[in-house]
Amino acid sequence: MILESKAPGGDIQTAWQRHKFDIKIVNPANKRKYTVIVVGTGLAGAAAAATLGELGYNVLNFCFQDSARRAHSIAAQGGINAAKNYQGDGDSVYRLFYDTVKGGDFRAREENVYRLAEVSGNIIDQAVAQGVPFAREYGGLLSNRSFGGSLVSRTFYAQGQTGQQLLIGAYQALSRQVKDGKVKLFARTEMLDLVIEDGHARGIITRNLVTGKIERHVADAVVLGTGGYGNAFFLSTNAMGSNVTAAWRAAKRGALFANPCFTQIHPTCIPVSGGYQSKLTLMSESLRNDGRVWAPKNPADAWDMAKGKLGKDPRQIPEADRDYFLERRYPTFGNLVPRDVASRAAKKACDDGQGVAYEGRGVYLDFAESIGRLGQKAVAERYGNLFEMYERITGDNPFETPMRIYPAVHYTMGGLWVDYNLQSNVPGLFVIGEANFSDHGANRLGASALMQGLSDGYFVLPYTIGHYLAQVGPRPKSTDWGSFKQVEGEVNEKTKKLLSIKGKRSVDSFHRELGLLMWEHCGMARNEQGLTTLLQEIPRIREEFWKDVSVPGSEGEVNQVLERAGRVADFLEFTEMMVLDARERRESCGGHFREEFQTEEGEAKRDDENFQYVAAWEFKGVGVAPELHKEPLNFRYVKPSQRSYK
Amino acid sequence: MRWFLKFAGSTIGLKIVMAVSGLLLFGFVIGHMLGNLQVYLGAETLNAYGATLQGMGPLLWVVRLGLLAIVLAHIGSSVALVRLSHAARPQSYKKVQPRASTYASRTMRVSGPIVLAFIIFHILHLTQGAAHPELQHCVTGADGALQCFVHENVVSAFSLTGANVAYKAFSVVFYVVAMVLLGLHLGHGAYSMVRTLGLSNPRYDRIARALATAVTLVIVIGNCSIPIAVAVGLVRTAGGH
Amino acid sequence: MNLTLHVWRQNGPSDKGRFETYQANGISEHMSFLEMLDFVNEKLESEGKAPIVFEHDCREGICGSCGFMIDGKAHGGQHRTTVCQLHMRSFKDGDVLTLEPWRAAAFPVLRDLMVDRSAFDRIVQAGGYVSVRSGSPQDANAILVGKEEVDRAFDAAACIGCGACVASCPNASAMLFTGAKISHLGLLPQGQPERYRRVQAMTQTMDEAGFGYCSNHGECSAFCPKDISLDVIAMTNRDLMAAQVKGRSEG
Repeated sequence: MILESKAPGGDIQTAWQRHKFDIKIVNPANKRKYTVIVVGTGLAGAAAAATLGELGYNVLNFCFQDSARRAHSIAAQGGINAAKNYQGDGDSVYRLFYDTVKGGDFRAREENVYRLAEVSGNIIDQAVAQGVPFAREYGGLLSNRSFGGSLVSRTFYAQGQTGQQLLIGAYQALSRQVKDGKVKLFARTEMLDLVIEDGHARGIITRNLVTGKIERHVADAVVLGTGGYGNAFFLSTNAMGSNVTAAWRAAKRGALFANPCFTQIHPTCIPVSGGYQSKLTLMSESLRNDGRVWAPKNPADAWDMAKGKLGKDPRQIPEADRDYFLERRYPTFGNLVPRDVASRAAKKACDDGQGVAYEGRGVYLDFAESIGRLGQKAVAERYGNLFEMYERITGDNPFETPMRIYPAVHYTMGGLWVDYNLQSNVPGLFVIGEANFSDHGANRLGASALMQGLSDGYFVLPYTIGHYLAQVGPRPKSTDWGSFKQVEGEVNEKTKKLLSIKGKRSVDSFHRELGLLMWEHCGMARNEQGLTTLLQEIPRIREEFWKDVSVPGSEGEVNQVLERAGRVADFLEFTEMMVLDARERRESCGGHFREEFQTEEGEAKRDDENFQYVAAWEFKGVGVAPELHKEPLNFRYVKPSQRSYK
Repeated sequence: MRWFLKFAGSTIGLKIVMAVSGLLLFGFVIGHMLGNLQVYLGAETLNAYGATLQGMGPLLWVVRLGLLAIVLAHIGSSVALVRLSHAARPQSYKKVQPRASTYASRTMRVSGPIVLAFIIFHILHLTQGAAHPELQHCVTGADGALQCFVHENVVSAFSLTGANVAYKAFSVVFYVVAMVLLGLHLGHGAYSMVRTLGLSNPRYDRIARALATAVTLVIVIGNCSIPIAVAVGLVRTAGGH
Repeated sequence: MNLTLHVWRQNGPSDKGRFETYQANGISEHMSFLEMLDFVNEKLESEGKAPIVFEHDCREGICGSCGFMIDGKAHGGQHRTTVCQLHMRSFKDGDVLTLEPWRAAAFPVLRDLMVDRSAFDRIVQAGGYVSVRSGSPQDANAILVGKEEVDRAFDAAACIGCGACVASCPNASAMLFTGAKISHLGLLPQGQPERYRRVQAMTQTMDEAGFGYCSNHGECSAFCPKDISLDVIAMTNRDLMAAQVKGRSEG
């Protein structure tokens, strides 16, 4: 299979303008003859559904939550980047493009990234027009902050709730279309499969999560904005309901899954506190601006493995016995090294027996020095709400004792493969937001996820989908096609099977088992041996799952266990592809760190000669090795270089 | 007109009807109290005041009917809202732990009807006379001037001497209890009214609340003082009942 | 620690429902309240019994999915805390807790502690937005908004739509939720053109959904996990009256 990016060649600065002119446009009077299915109501999904409705298409929009407003985009804290240069500090579209390509460790498609940087400014204009209350200066102008290793201040924010405010903006735009009758919203409805008719994506099968009813929906195109798969690790900062099901079922119907091993670990999360832990909470990256990361030099002061107890009170550990390992290893960047570097350094300290939280998985983030230097009041002004959140969860007051932090899975750069038009290799199937693979390469910069979701939803997909629709023209639509019947039959069969096992183990116990192994061998650091172990373990867990899982109740009612069981069953298939991808990519890049491939100083070592490509995997059957297709990456503008933070 | 009925029938509209009527009644209560406090200025002053009011003729009835309409609007809107409230939560909680509401706010639906019962009693007692056997109505004197006996009536109503002491004692107690309940009703009512009419502002929210409490206290103390003063003999008629 | 839970169980909207008692033994004080319920549920599941249904998603206090009454207090009553962020160290060994769903006619119980809050979506659909198309609005800095104004708008916009206000209100009123959106948009210049149309449409939809009225008890704000101020209600009242004066009545 040849993967055509369909990205326009020539001058990258005019590429998107030229492309918009070259692609076909649907006649305004014809738009109402088309129906588009949009799955997901996060930033990408809600923005796309609202915009398509505004343009005149009929939209069917689905989410598994009880309201479109609850999609997990809502939890993003920090901010959204845009190349506005409002601060006059030399920012430009080109600089944002450059930073993103480099930050992604040269594993993203240049043209996509340039377009993202180009429309970033429009997103801010759009959001402000909707009434999103971004932070402002006293003069009434928008305020910015710097973020995530960038040299300019280009991040727009709304306190620590930027994702919430942007999502509510999109949700409100969506609500307007619902009222106008252009968007039909299906809340508490989960997509369980994709229907392909005559080679084109034409519909989905859903389950109504209240009545349990399985339903068929037909359209002219299907758009997936279903988020990432971080919950493959069980513990992550994702919402409990975040899942890979929609994307994975599409993959099983022929869509290629690109770079599944590219996952992002966020360095500052609250550590696990016990075996019952259900999810992890992120603490904003901004804390590292004033907090110093350290671990006890002496393992005797760390977590006591034998007794299963916390070690010495950090306040009692003298300065000489503390290892400020980031400052020691990276004297130039110190505590402000990028996410992947900080995460791996924390892991190393814990691996060396210096860990301080439950099971030795945590390091200190200490504000004592800042409090001494700036005063408690100034620190409270900057981080008060974060300290409050930390205390709420842990019971410890960071003003009095150092925070404990540990890295956690936070975002997945991989996703369904899409071309420049955001169309997958299945005609009529479009993928937007975190669900696709396109813009972040092997590592995402802070404050770029919101930007990509909204860019795809408001400004890219609504144009590029028209190109496809205009080409195929209005077609008859029917849910009576044999394809619907067949796919619905398969969905029902799977549900029946899950309910009939009546085993002894809870769904979560399988999910936890899978997640722990994934975290151990396919998390912050990976190696051939661990990945090979995983490839043996995953099929074993999967087999046991289908023999011994307990799913009480029936399909015709609210059944949260059944919902989770379906999602975990998909993770148990999908993770195999993830691990294979990680094993196949014999280099380290961005969030993908292969221990065999590191520099002498222990930094990631890229192999551009052999791995400068997108790995797009084709599903060949459960338990069967998927087929690898490669899309080579060309860097015409930003020349690959080694990242250094010494 | 249709827009007004639609507005007045909405939950906020009904609340505004309640607030506006409440505001007017609040004003009436203050005026009524100030008039009555003239009892301390002696029989002559109070009786002259009574005569002035009675002398208004048809205008008095306009005021009375106006007050009646306001009371009906207040009661009508509250009945409608209470019904809405029951409909909005048909199944109540097994356990409730209120935090911000006050005793006064939670008892509006109890204090309201009791105050209404008191008002009816009060009219029958000191205006119409059915509940006050010794009540003397105003008479037109030989000079054509209206002569009233408000002061004498008040004293005979609450003075714990002479006939029917038990009934009079009951009257004193009923008045005081009703005034305390009225105070509770007004205390929350005044604060709530300001919010319902959208007049509140975070900057002087505390002041508004304190002011509402203070005015209410003045009303309760002012009104209660009269029957108590008579009962303990601080206020008596010249004839010395 | 060991706890006794009296939990409302209801199989569907038409079921009458009843309280059932569960023991939660061996609970760690570091667990979140929902992790404690997960623990109870996992046991029920492995016994083939139907677990307690409750809603949750982000478990970070921002998505607004979770929420039920613990001993008559929405979200358990800890200041600025949704039930997903409530931790077991707030309880003590031997506590007996009553768990009830939000109760309001406009929030029918779907199952156990899960209710249908779609009425909130309908209120927003009625007009809780600024009518602007995706495309090319003016430059973001062309609209100046003072810091104080935008901060006030933000405070109102912080609402997560969890429904604790309705649940705590003695009248099951949705004025705090509705008022928060009306205030968020009404305080910003972008929201002005539709300000009065919006307040009428949204409050009308709120009434039609069957919520009660506001009698200024203040329970809603006291239990709001995002500390939304009662002032949003006063502003709604004021705007609705102004809308009458301006004669822009609809329908």
